Amino acid sequence: MKVLVPVKRVVDYSVRVRVKADGSGIDLNGVKMSMNPFDEIALEEAIRLREKGQVDDVTALSIGPRTVQDTLRAALAMGADKAVHIELPADTPIDSLAVAKLLDAIVREDGYSLVLLGKQAIDTDLGGTGPMLAGLLRWPQASFASELTLIDTHLRVVTETDSGLRTLELPLPAVVSADLRLNTPRYASLPNIMKARSRPITVRTPAELGVDVTPRLRQRAVSPPPARAKTAIRVESAADLVRSLRAEGALK
Amino acid sequence: MSILVIADLSGSALNREATAKAINAVRGLDKVSVLVAGYQVAQPAAEVAALEGVARVLVADQAWLAPRLAEDMADIIATLAPGFTHVVAATSASSRSYLPRAAALCDRMVIGDVTRIVDRATFERPIYAGNALEVVESLETGIFLTIRPTSFSASLGVQPPAPIEPLAVEQGAVQTIWISDSVRSDDRPDLATAPIVVSGGRGVGSAEGFQLVVQLADRLGAAVGASRAAVDAGYAASDLQVGQTGKVVAPRLYIAVGISGAIQHVAGMKDSQTVVVINSDTDAPINQIADYVWSTDLFTALPDLIAAL
Ligand SMILES: Cc1cc2nc3c(=O)[nH]c(=O)nc-3n(C[C@H](O)[C@H](O)[C@H](O)COP(=O)(O)OP(=O)(O)OC[C@H]3O[C@@H](n4cnc5c(N)ncnc54)[C@H](O)[C@@H]3O)c2cc1C
Repeated sequence: MKVLVPVKRVVDYSVRVRVKADGSGIDLNGVKMSMNPFDEIALEEAIRLREKGQVDDVTALSIGPRTVQDTLRAALAMGADKAVHIELPADTPIDSLAVAKLLDAIVREDGYSLVLLGKQAIDTDLGGTGPMLAGLLRWPQASFASELTLIDTHLRVVTETDSGLRTLELPLPAVVSADLRLNTPRYASLPNIMKARSRPITVRTPAELGVDVTPRLRQRAVSPPPARAKTAIRVESAADLVRSLRAEGALK
Repeated sequence: MSILVIADLSGSALNREATAKAINAVRGLDKVSVLVAGYQVAQPAAEVAALEGVARVLVADQAWLAPRLAEDMADIIATLAPGFTHVVAATSASSRSYLPRAAALCDRMVIGDVTRIVDRATFERPIYAGNALEVVESLETGIFLTIRPTSFSASLGVQPPAPIEPLAVEQGAVQTIWISDSVRSDDRPDLATAPIVVSGGRGVGSAEGFQLVVQLADRLGAAVGASRAAVDAGYAASDLQVGQTGKVVAPRLYIAVGISGAIQHVAGMKDSQTVVVINSDTDAPINQIADYVWSTDLFTALPDLIAAL
């Protein structure tokens, strides 16, 4: 059984991004880039399934310009068996629907039984890709997984909901999106990082896959959020705090 | 043509506030029809029909819709969508699962977590954990949106009930099986909508330590929230996580106890009106967005505060 794990190269989670002065986007100059943390969790889960002998092959896939191969090398170093790069010219915007269509084409071509992906990318914060891909494939889906067990030909998935947890059973093939508590991803070892440098990466293009990736949205402007104008008042005691909060009406 | 809003339900109960906000967000654009899909939903359908601005209520009431699985919701929405200019839901874990699926079934993109509607096709939404706002224009006909509830008003008047129409729906082919829901049941206010939220972080040190946060919340009639670190450590349930990848809240008063203020946490609470920080670190990053900072040990501060209320 083969598992596909799409991985996105994003600004590292520890970076506080800055908006370009002309409002044309985020300043990515010299900014640390990493694998989207949720994709890392998805990949870790896929690797664990393979280590348990329940999965034969884990393929990591990334879409974008040449630089996304860094992320694919990181995936190989973590333990992915194969890497596929769908190459786009630099600075080509791509939205989740186009990503889902590319993944759909790859899944149909290469015959995966499970797609494990992150619940959202921490740059766009959208989370569209997983459910969209499941829709295109007409496969069952589980979003925000915090526990996953593969039993023969179906998955038992515990998912995080707005009010607690929900357990679902999904026949394979299926799409599952990973939440934070599914696992803690491993660090790649130095020897594995070295080995990953020379591993092959299969390069494909949207045209080959017959997918039109023309964006459906146009970004008009990017701006910094309004700043909170106030400077904090220091309080020294409970009485002090309660008095201040009552005075301004925050407490009745 | 008009707009389709998907009613937000918990089981057979209407989440009135989230639904009203979704209606309010778009009712300036066009007439609004509301889809109420679930099981035994006559009551929420009647409630929705009486909300100001609702022109029509479409009801899908089936036993198999009880868990409102994303696959089933998406099928129903995708069938209805071609008759509408916009399909809109309040952002929630469930809409984030069914709406993109429905959009893809219609060969459409989805615009998530909209904070401002600029015009019929142009929307503002936060990106990068709210450290930037993007304005995007949709080039599609038939626009799928989720709106961020904290950015819209829930105040809606009542009206003589709009017509309620039952929908004939059939269960699709996808065979996901719902096994169980485990829902925390306490009578505390809902985190997403409570006027006061008290959140605890890693600083509380243990599940027992977190109980101090809970006691303060109960004293204030507040909802309980948590940082990711507190949830990961097992001090608090996952649905209490506030942040970029948890719940977004904007209460009148937010009290952060033993929380450092990572970007990802701040993303979920920075629109709160008044922010109080209780943290032993005098330079905790969260101070930068606080109104009141009490730099002190939470284990003495919280009992004092509870006593002072
Ligand atoms: C992909 C991703 C998504 C994430 N999503 C979220 C999210 O949605 N929400 C979220 O919250 N985090 C999220 N995080 C995690 C985030 O980066 C931080 O790690 C987390 O918010 C830290 O939680 P904390 O403030 O409780 O812990 P810490 O950063 O460890 O802070 C603990 C604080 O407690 C204080 N303290 C300790 N002891 C005491 C005491 N006795 N009295 C008073 N104060 C004390 C310390 O001074 C410190 O400021 C995410 C991270 C990633 C990578």
